[in-house]
Amino acid sequence: MSPATRHHILSVLVENKPGVLARVSGLFARRGFNIFSLAVAPTDDPTRSRITIVVDVESAPLEQITKQLDKLINVLQIDELAPVDAVERELMIVTVTVSADSKPELLSLTEEYSGVVLDEGGDRITVSLGGTPEALDAFTARMGAAVVGYQRTGRIALPRIV
Amino acid sequence: MKTNGGAALIKALELEGVDVIFGLPGGAILPVYDPIIDSPIRHILVRHEQGAGHMAEGYAHATGRPGVAMVTSGPAATNIITPLADAYMDSVPMVVITGQVGTAGIGTDAFQEVDTVGITRSVTKHNELVTNAADIPRIVREAFHIATTGRPGPVLIDIPKDLVDPTNPNSALDWYWPDSVDLAGYKPRLDGDPALIKDAAQLIIAAERPVIYAGGGILKARAAESLLALAELLDIPVVTTLMARGAVPDDHPLCLGMPGMHGNYTAVTAMQESDLLIALGSRFDDRVTGKLDAFAANAKIIHVDIDPAELGKVRRPDVGITGDCRLVINELITALKQIGAPEVQPDRSSWKSTISGWQEKYPLSYVQSEPGDLLKPQYVLEQLRDNTPDDCIVASGVGQHQMWTAQYWKFNHPYTWINSGGLGTMGFAVPAAIGAKVGRPDRMVWAVDGDGCFQMTAQELVTAAAERIPVKIAILNNAYLGMVRQWQEMFYEERYSEVYLSPDLPDYKMWAEAMGCVGMRVEAPEDVLPAIQRANEVDDRPVVIDFRTDAREKVFPMVPAGKSNSDIVVGPEDVR
Ligand SMILES: Cc1ncc(C[n+]2csc(CCOP(=O)(O)OP(=O)(O)O)c2C)c(N)n1
Ligand SMILES: [Mg+2]
Repeated sequence: MSPATRHHILSVLVENKPGVLARVSGLFARRGFNIFSLAVAPTDDPTRSRITIVVDVESAPLEQITKQLDKLINVLQIDELAPVDAVERELMIVTVTVSADSKPELLSLTEEYSGVVLDEGGDRITVSLGGTPEALDAFTARMGAAVVGYQRTGRIALPRIV
Repeated sequence: MKTNGGAALIKALELEGVDVIFGLPGGAILPVYDPIIDSPIRHILVRHEQGAGHMAEGYAHATGRPGVAMVTSGPAATNIITPLADAYMDSVPMVVITGQVGTAGIGTDAFQEVDTVGITRSVTKHNELVTNAADIPRIVREAFHIATTGRPGPVLIDIPKDLVDPTNPNSALDWYWPDSVDLAGYKPRLDGDPALIKDAAQLIIAAERPVIYAGGGILKARAAESLLALAELLDIPVVTTLMARGAVPDDHPLCLGMPGMHGNYTAVTAMQESDLLIALGSRFDDRVTGKLDAFAANAKIIHVDIDPAELGKVRRPDVGITGDCRLVINELITALKQIGAPEVQPDRSSWKSTISGWQEKYPLSYVQSEPGDLLKPQYVLEQLRDNTPDDCIVASGVGQHQMWTAQYWKFNHPYTWINSGGLGTMGFAVPAAIGAKVGRPDRMVWAVDGDGCFQMTAQELVTAAAERIPVKIAILNNAYLGMVRQWQEMFYEERYSEVYLSPDLPDYKMWAEAMGCVGMRVEAPEDVLPAIQRANEVDDRPVVIDFRTDAREKVFPMVPAGKSNSDIVVGPEDVR
């Protein structure tokens, strides 16, 4: 299976209480389900959090994962977001080495990807950019060996407005 | 009304209808033990917290009401993890209350602090660390609701000491009692989807070789009567799994008995050859299916379970229905009658005669002992079965003795068989029998135990003697960890490794007497019945009988691990 078909997005609405994330991640660990990425934060309702989990369905059928998750008392709702039915974004901050020659190229690439420069000094620049996971992949690929390091947030997603 | 967390906890338990708590006090739970003195709730002081947990389970199995255990923090909480895991595996309704260090001490490695909710998360249906005394009535109400509804299971409440200590301001609250429970994330579905029920009914009336595969969920749903009505309406045979023994009377002509690794030939083979398995409250456990891809390969599957995650977890059903077994079976009966059942069904006489042919050809059997030899365990069980009341409750440990009991007993009533199926917990029998007897003092309660198992929790007989709980324990003493010995004999070329225990170290009779019980030892077949009769007459203390049994005896039939159910080994003569 290709990563695109192996990875499914679950948008899980949970009660915003201590230990809930541990319940969710513990369930994945115990049942042998693989998490590819995970993002969690409170929603507009402060008593609720949304956990966006990208799961690897090669480890277990998605149906079994959602059914087991649904048994957790603190889990309120689970939406499976097929990529076509969802809008997704991910944030990345990345540090690259630059020379006087390559700097203009980096800046124009950053602009092309709607990124912003966060920090610079010596021969390094740190930029942040948000976009689809594929766009972030493409950006780092184009930076190639210049990448010193990066951190990504994991995906967040919501259903498309129909 | 102003109150404090400790008093509120006890009052909440009273309002939940709790009549007995199994427990043992300690530092963190100390303040709660004070209001217990003035409560009508009976407290039974155990000798080890594992005992408290298994007693609560035995109570729940026998009565259908949630068992309650209460222990302190740290080592007491870790001691009760095995019963939590056991109750989780076998869907036993239970509420466990643990003391915790004071709120300010949490996370500091305080004396007797462990992360109880963290440790027990994967072996409870739900658990909760109380952070506010005012939450106690609500959390207790929710705990009982969660433990007893949907797929039942254990719920743990962990309570920091300051919240229950009346001398601490953190324990203050205004008493209230919630009218009902409303949990946004917990709404078990009870009735079946009508369209799926129709689909299931169609499959059933078309089936030529149907078998009902009844699991422990039947008992949890109080669905034994409905199940029998369904089986009788359609004239379809039923297998009762290890967790469902007694769900259909063994004496009933449609009951085929136990399937699985040590099931009887007919139950195993009828499932294997069927064209439709009607799985009701069962979960396609590996001990039932054997090698999965060879299991009932030509059968369509109807699967009914209250836990939607069971549908398709192991075997994909053709029709999967989420719902309470009792309601769904009743709905199914109505739907079947609407489409003309039973008359519209195909002629199944050849299937029925095939089944009765297997029953005649492959009954359970053993060879009686030669004079001077040790007792045959099956003989002891037949004597016990035939000389105890029909509704006698039987608990067992885990091992050969458990399988022989499940095979040889005649379970003619639901809720008479109590054992540890999913977790296979040695040491379950003695405390579970005590809990059952506390819940059903009107019934005779026997435990059939192994010598190995007995040594794990025997000290609870001190509890039973002190509390005058007259349980009876039959130890099938084969001087071995017999089940492990059997595997070493059959699959490790008789290389016996660390399985010998000794028949007389300890001296079980003396040990029983030291614990305040009547102790007996039986070595000859003619002494079996008199000992049982004497035990049956004792009603003021526990009885322990040390039956000296033959270690060479093995449990048959057997489907070797990893093998197909079609490779069932019927008896010793069949072993290659
Ligand atoms: C707590 C625990 N430890 C180990 C085992 C593995 N085990 C399963 S059956 C068995 C032997 C039980 O011996 P005994 O109680 O004498 O029963 P027998 O098989 O001899 O009837 C063992 C060690 C277990 N099921 N539970
Ligand atoms: Mg033994």
